[in-house]
Amino acid sequence: MDFSFTAEQERFRREVREYLEREVPPRWKELGYLIWEETDESWDITRQWNRKLGEKGWLALTWPRVYGGQERSHIDQLILDEEMARAGTPTGIETAITIGWVCPTIMLFGTEEQKLRYLPDAAKGRIIFCLGYSEPNAGSDLAAVRTTAVEDGDHYVINGQKVWTTVAHRADYCWLAARTDPDAPKHKGVSMFVVDMKSPGITVKPLINILGFHSFNEVFFDEVRVPKENLVGQKNMGWYQLAVALDFERSGVGTPARMHRTIDRLVAYCRQTRRNGRLLSEDPVIRKKLARLSVEAEVLRLLCYRITWIQEKGKTPNYEASLTKVFASELLDRLANTGMEILGPYGMLDRGSPRAALRGEILRLYLTSPSMGIGGGTSEIQRNIIAMRGLGLPRK
Amino acid sequence: MELELTEEQRMLKTAASGFLKKECPPALAWEMREDERGYPPSLWQKMIEMGWTGVMVPETYGGIGGDFMDLCVILEALGEVCAPGPFFSTVVLGGLAVMELGTEAQKEALLSRIATGECIMALAADEEEAWCDASFIKTRGLREAGGYRISGTKFFVENAHVADIILCVVTGPAEGSLSVLLVQGDAPGLRITPLKTLAGERQCEVVFDRVEVKASDVLGEAEKAAPGFDRLLDQAAVAKCAELVGCLQTAFDMTVAYAKEREQFGRPIGSFQAVQHHCADMLIDLDGARFATYQAAWRIAGRMPWSREVAVAKAWTSDVARKVTLKAHQIHGAISFCEEHPLHVFYRKAKSGEVAFGDADFHLERVAGGLGL
Repeated sequence: MDFSFTAEQERFRREVREYLEREVPPRWKELGYLIWEETDESWDITRQWNRKLGEKGWLALTWPRVYGGQERSHIDQLILDEEMARAGTPTGIETAITIGWVCPTIMLFGTEEQKLRYLPDAAKGRIIFCLGYSEPNAGSDLAAVRTTAVEDGDHYVINGQKVWTTVAHRADYCWLAARTDPDAPKHKGVSMFVVDMKSPGITVKPLINILGFHSFNEVFFDEVRVPKENLVGQKNMGWYQLAVALDFERSGVGTPARMHRTIDRLVAYCRQTRRNGRLLSEDPVIRKKLARLSVEAEVLRLLCYRITWIQEKGKTPNYEASLTKVFASELLDRLANTGMEILGPYGMLDRGSPRAALRGEILRLYLTSPSMGIGGGTSEIQRNIIAMRGLGLPRK
Repeated sequence: MELELTEEQRMLKTAASGFLKKECPPALAWEMREDERGYPPSLWQKMIEMGWTGVMVPETYGGIGGDFMDLCVILEALGEVCAPGPFFSTVVLGGLAVMELGTEAQKEALLSRIATGECIMALAADEEEAWCDASFIKTRGLREAGGYRISGTKFFVENAHVADIILCVVTGPAEGSLSVLLVQGDAPGLRITPLKTLAGERQCEVVFDRVEVKASDVLGEAEKAAPGFDRLLDQAAVAKCAELVGCLQTAFDMTVAYAKEREQFGRPIGSFQAVQHHCADMLIDLDGARFATYQAAWRIAGRMPWSREVAVAKAWTSDVARKVTLKAHQIHGAISFCEEHPLHVFYRKAKSGEVAFGDADFHLERVAGGLGL
């Protein structure tokens, strides 16, 4: 058992830390945006930042060189993720989607030509994918997708609707799940496509999320023609490829790093805030609540490390990624709520209010937190995966 | 980074678990609650023969020279079957106290006797007004006639009734200082009364009525025991976590197996999502306990600063011990509420382990202090 990093890995951590201290754009820090908060300005900052990381080779650290990666270890990736979260670098969900989900799936199931077409550009931060999974009647039951892809000469013709499509209004491509065999059992008739978002027939309509930002969309496909060479992997086997892709999620180690940062801020707030005659930091109930969050964030960090360690051994996590996601989502709920409890009336003040505590960050976190147990597979679905795939409990 | 046991540790674990599952079913711990000693001497003898008592004892003193992680491997195996006996009080509390505080001569004399099983030990620390905190100890060790004299009452002293040596933590001789004195189990003036405990462990109330101790029977240096004793308590807390991880693993395995075979409404109850989600939650809790414990054990084995990691491990493991075993009962249903079913032994052990060496509240306060609160 050894939880330590090698001297070389520690050096890399210092290198990353120094770089980030120097380079994170001041304007990004000023904005203080969380996930799902996105404007034209923040999008530009994030894109520039990703291209910068891409040039350094830090966007796709573990990928093969031929696809724009550095062939570095998963532990280096963990260090990078941890330090970026700690430093609060410009980031949005689109990087996780593109680099964490879509590209690894293309790497696994795509042709050499497909890999060379998308991966090096993604690794440089030049292209962004959105996920064309969910539909109005296919959420957790993803295999129920009704969007169709019908062969027509050397093209497929796509018709249907996607929803909750994050950054569809800005993405270059859609990673689309569509039904290619309407007569097959539902899990056996889905295929995966790369669809150029500039294709004629695509309409993107905004949905405003509960933080008041435009991150989601509805996407309508009306006779959209996609070249046959854009089908990735085996026809009708898309659902299985997609299930594998869920395991590609990175360790998620950024989450506990961000949580520790928030806990530190709450600690600092409690040390300097008096309420009803004493410092908040002297209140035994508050001490216990913050300590418990710190313990839980530490356990989450260890569970994230385990995922990296499994990957480092050349294996694919089984139930471990689902387990970590459930725990992380629900811990974030607890963190946000505890933060609100501690701030009391000041927690009700939003960013921009003169008296807002911690710049409204906790309020924003509180609004953000319900999304974590829903997107990317709900906590219920994750628990099903743990039970059935991890523990072998029967389906029927 | 290497987040699994070494090949040698895996072999040790497999051998220990295999032996214990054969020789020491969980029911034994419960049967032994009424036994005069509290464990079958033959079982203890076999553990000694397998070298477990010498796991951390240096080879020069007749042990196998392992580290704290090796010790935790054996504790996990013992926890898996809720094994009764003096292993924890002798090897963990006694052995580590000697290693932390003892002089070279004491190490040679005592560790070799622990390794050979000649010496069963007990630690007398807690008192009516002192729990997991040496600064509230009132039992006095006064200097007298070329030695020491102990007066006071100690509570929750596990295996005092069978101990060859009781390590008594006293304040003194100087006001406010701490010393650990070696008391022979048959010393005049000792009054030992077994207590009736939740999980059947043999805890005793021990009255030290002007018990005399030779000058040479101070463990290490008199009046200087406080830092070493704190280190001992930290290690004991993690050792207890390791035992709990084993205990929870068995309760969890039993539960998943039961959910697969027990049928209601014409299908295994494990196919119902309500039950599946309970099982998933148990696994989150258990996996967290395992890694938090391993991390703390790794720091202790490497003598790295360990305060936060120990508190994290014991706070988390204490909490989930109760949660996991309670869900185990829920999924087993009424059968697990019968004494003949072994699950209640795990439920009991989980609670007693939760409390031992500081519960979650105790360790959360340590974490809070570490955060700067």
